[in-house]
Amino acid sequence: MKPKHQRLTLAVLAIIAVAAAVLLAMWGLRDRAAYFFTPAEVAIGKAQQGAAIRLGGMVKKGSIRQRSDGVTIDFIVTDGSHDVPVVYRGITPDLFKEGSGVVAEGRMRGKTFVADTILAKHDERYMPPQMGNEVAEHAAVKTVQQ
Amino acid sequence: MHGYANPARFLKFARPATGWFLWIGLLLLAPGILGGLFVTPPDYLQGETVRILYIHVPAAWLGMAGWAGIAAASLAQIVWRHPLSAIAGRAVAPAGATFAAICLATGSIWGRPTWGTWWEWDGRLTSMLILFFLYLGYIALAWAERERGGDGRMAALFGLVGAINLPIIHYSVMWWRTLHQGQSISITGGSSIAPELLWPLPLTLVGFSLLFGAVVLMRMRAELAAAKFEARLRRTSTE
Repeated sequence: MKPKHQRLTLAVLAIIAVAAAVLLAMWGLRDRAAYFFTPAEVAIGKAQQGAAIRLGGMVKKGSIRQRSDGVTIDFIVTDGSHDVPVVYRGITPDLFKEGSGVVAEGRMRGKTFVADTILAKHDERYMPPQMGNEVAEHAAVKTVQQ
Repeated sequence: MHGYANPARFLKFARPATGWFLWIGLLLLAPGILGGLFVTPPDYLQGETVRILYIHVPAAWLGMAGWAGIAAASLAQIVWRHPLSAIAGRAVAPAGATFAAICLATGSIWGRPTWGTWWEWDGRLTSMLILFFLYLGYIALAWAERERGGDGRMAALFGLVGAINLPIIHYSVMWWRTLHQGQSISITGGSSIAPELLWPLPLTLVGFSLLFGAVVLMRMRAELAAAKFEARLRRTSTE
């Protein structure tokens, strides 16, 4: 074997080994690196009581209720099959709407999720306003399923 | 490929190509940027913020494509000892780092009004930040190695191993649940961006890419010229 070919073989083998090792590590991280819990995971008790976690899903239609103090809101995060009631006190981002994606940071207290921060999750759809209203509902469902 | 191992032959291609890349790139960028800023309609949810897409997506692409270029040059250096590969790696690195930084900055500016946060440690954002740090590490290593008169082997190893971050960035939104949305455009399956909003994107994508290519060629030519100058200087001083 010419030295050139030897180096090529070595380099290719090394690349395959490193790539395999890293991809395995990433695969192992799958659950731990997930950015948020889904309502289904909360339902089976994956989210520890009182531990700081994120809850992601869709804001259920017609579920946002403002309390009489004016700054606290209640709403329901859903993934289509499971619901988690959320209470939050503070300002929500502009894209926080019923029927759209949301990620809440906070803690489970009993059956309720007490949020400290609300983030809006945007999906991969981009469209002009008149088109948007027709398909927004469908898009939101898709966001949750991902 | 070996034809261009010869710097003279490379320059024969690079000299005219630099101008072509630069001017065609600018020619495509003008309608792309103007169209994206003033002509396309706002998004149904994000409103005007969506326009950052026409910079953010090309920046992300070039940040990653830059490292793919470094990885290719690194392989050429390690296996074939290609004389231009170390120069190519050093030429690409600062340009790639710049676009990675633009990608992070524009993403952050977009994230504040859209998500409600400047920064979150989700899979996509974190892996992109790591790419930016890899660039800084590569730049430091490659420049230190050149200063010591090395042939670029250390930097090449770093460039090759660092390439493993590229699939991680790409698949982060599929492997893990992330705050960052999934990809909107795929080579096989069309686009979930409406055509009215989409059309400037290919223009800025190709435009910025050609600009990137022009910058890389200029940097390579500059380094070759500097090496030639130094060699000549050394010869005249010893005569």
